[in-house]
Amino acid sequence: MELIQQLVNGISLGSIYALIALGYTMVYGIVRLINFAHGDVFMVGSFVGFYAVTMLGVGFFPALLLAMASCAVLGMIIERIAYKPLRHAARIAVLITAIGVSLLIEYVTIYLRGAQPEAYPSTLLPDRNLELFGVVISSQSLFILGTSLVLMILLQFIVHRTKIGKAMRAVSHDAEAARLMGINVDNTISATFAIGSALAGAAGVIFGIYYTKIEPLMGILPGLKAFVAAVLGGIGIIPGAMVGGLLLGVIESLVSGLGYSLWRDGVAFVILILILIFRPAGLFGKNVREKV
Amino acid sequence: MKKKRVAGVFFSLMLTAGLMAGCGGNQQGGSSSGGNGGGGGGGDVIKIGANLELSGGVASYGQSIAEGLDLALEEINKEGINGKKLELVKVDNKSEAAEATNGAIKLISQDKVVAIIGSATSTNTLAQVQVANDNKVPLITPTGTNPTITNKDGKVNEFVFRTCFIDPFQGTVAAKFALNELKVKNAAVLIDSSSDYSKGLAASFKDAFTQGGGKIVAEEAYVAKDTDFRATLTRIKSANPEFIFLPGYYEEVGLIVKQARELGLNVPIMGGDGWDSPKLVEIAGKDALNNTYITNHYSSGDPDPKIQEFVKAFKAKYNKAPDAFNALGYDTAYFLADAIKRAGSADPVKIKDALAKTKDLQLVSGTLTLNENHDPVKSAAILEYKDGQQQFKTKVNP
Repeated sequence: MELIQQLVNGISLGSIYALIALGYTMVYGIVRLINFAHGDVFMVGSFVGFYAVTMLGVGFFPALLLAMASCAVLGMIIERIAYKPLRHAARIAVLITAIGVSLLIEYVTIYLRGAQPEAYPSTLLPDRNLELFGVVISSQSLFILGTSLVLMILLQFIVHRTKIGKAMRAVSHDAEAARLMGINVDNTISATFAIGSALAGAAGVIFGIYYTKIEPLMGILPGLKAFVAAVLGGIGIIPGAMVGGLLLGVIESLVSGLGYSLWRDGVAFVILILILIFRPAGLFGKNVREKV
Repeated sequence: MKKKRVAGVFFSLMLTAGLMAGCGGNQQGGSSSGGNGGGGGGGDVIKIGANLELSGGVASYGQSIAEGLDLALEEINKEGINGKKLELVKVDNKSEAAEATNGAIKLISQDKVVAIIGSATSTNTLAQVQVANDNKVPLITPTGTNPTITNKDGKVNEFVFRTCFIDPFQGTVAAKFALNELKVKNAAVLIDSSSDYSKGLAASFKDAFTQGGGKIVAEEAYVAKDTDFRATLTRIKSANPEFIFLPGYYEEVGLIVKQARELGLNVPIMGGDGWDSPKLVEIAGKDALNNTYITNHYSSGDPDPKIQEFVKAFKAKYNKAPDAFNALGYDTAYFLADAIKRAGSADPVKIKDALAKTKDLQLVSGTLTLNENHDPVKSAAILEYKDGQQQFKTKVNP
């Protein structure tokens, strides 16, 4: 019974990772950029949702939409100001800029509102515990899993069935050739950032509801874990991020459940290292040889 | 070639001379500031440093202490001490040990304070002990409860004092309360392994609980900043404890209590003064906090007239009821002011001697008498959370 409870714990933790990893992996898939500021966009989304609920007094769905919209705008601004001028620079320069942007967002937030934590109002979503044969499942964790699945399907649909998705795939394949074919590469990349960041914003609000406590540095660890999840599933592959997130959550819960709770974060990063050594393309990735 | 060597010798001599001059100058500065009775720039003010957690993970503690200090200094400065006013220089240690060390160095070397108050947590206070001892400036922590702050390996830290009781006392009181009042036979312990405070309380709880005939059925740990404790709590639940001892800080404690109740762990949970923050109630939620207890330095619900007078003054200034950190910040200012008055001068070493001799000083958090370890001997209050409110349950004497 304890094992099943741990699996349930792990899946609800993993759904959060998966939700953040979806946006992460999407931006990487299209622009080949590891956006380390993604975790901080997630934090901003969480705070936007919090202030929308406490100050504007709106309900869950308007707060979620507001957070997604503000994060989409924030994502596009970040891309325009910090990443676009570096589009033809070395990868390492963009990576360092991403880390700089991440620190900037964190400390601007602290400057604006202080570093003290806030607690999400508990009345936002019904919180009932379902008990099945001694295993407790909270309605909120089912809701998070559901949201992640719906967003993943929606994302797959956008990427594979819509015009903008087609443009994204073309840009991801070869940006220069896409430009020659009349695709507006800049707009496509902006749209990618908007969608990815909106997902982070949604994850922020849901995280706030599930874990109650939010603070300006909350994005760092989930951001890194989402990165591990994305690499685990195969970075750039949308279902891979979902599976990677869930798997990481379950592994962490099992490690804690065996009594090694202090090793939990360590194990997550050992997984990252092992994956990079033995299967760099991730579980769902195919090893594609670079064409010359 | 030769010229170069001569130049080298010359420069090294210059450097040495400069260094020596620098040292001499410093020493002179130190003694003269001691001599004229005011490290704090002389004149009519005595400068006191406050090295507090004004931002960061436990900002609520530092801010509460600062509020208490401000209120007390306002009252003290109405009359002044031997004709001088106290001036508070605050630095923010961002709830980090390294920043606390830097802050202490800055207060002593730049602001020339005669004593430092702070920090709120044991870890951040320990980071300043060496600086205070080396520079011979008294350091008083209002709320740092770890025993090694004042006494390390049987040796007293001459310049370090505290206004609160120590961890072993809190842990022992909690164990006695669990055994005698709640009548539980076995307990689980969940500690924050990144905090000296949490480990200290847990160790003394375990000793007292097992000596009293109880049994520890589970011991688990977490690290500050974790947000998901469900896996660990599931493990604790499967050990079927009747009681959980959870000495930690409010941010994590709030989440742990909430998640424990969600998983159906409805046994009494108890902690120490680290729980005492209004944020705890927001994070955990009122219902989850029912059936939880804490040991604390004082309770605003205590009918003692001295306490009620303070509560009234505090409410008039801040429009809220004071928590234990407010009270201890307030008390620390009086503790220091009393010593400065008795020392008759603002020389840090004389203040230190006066602090060490403090006896029967009436404070809000009880009557304070220092023992040979610079630790106060005073009573603890046990509070119970009922619908999000702390209720005064009982007072336990050492």
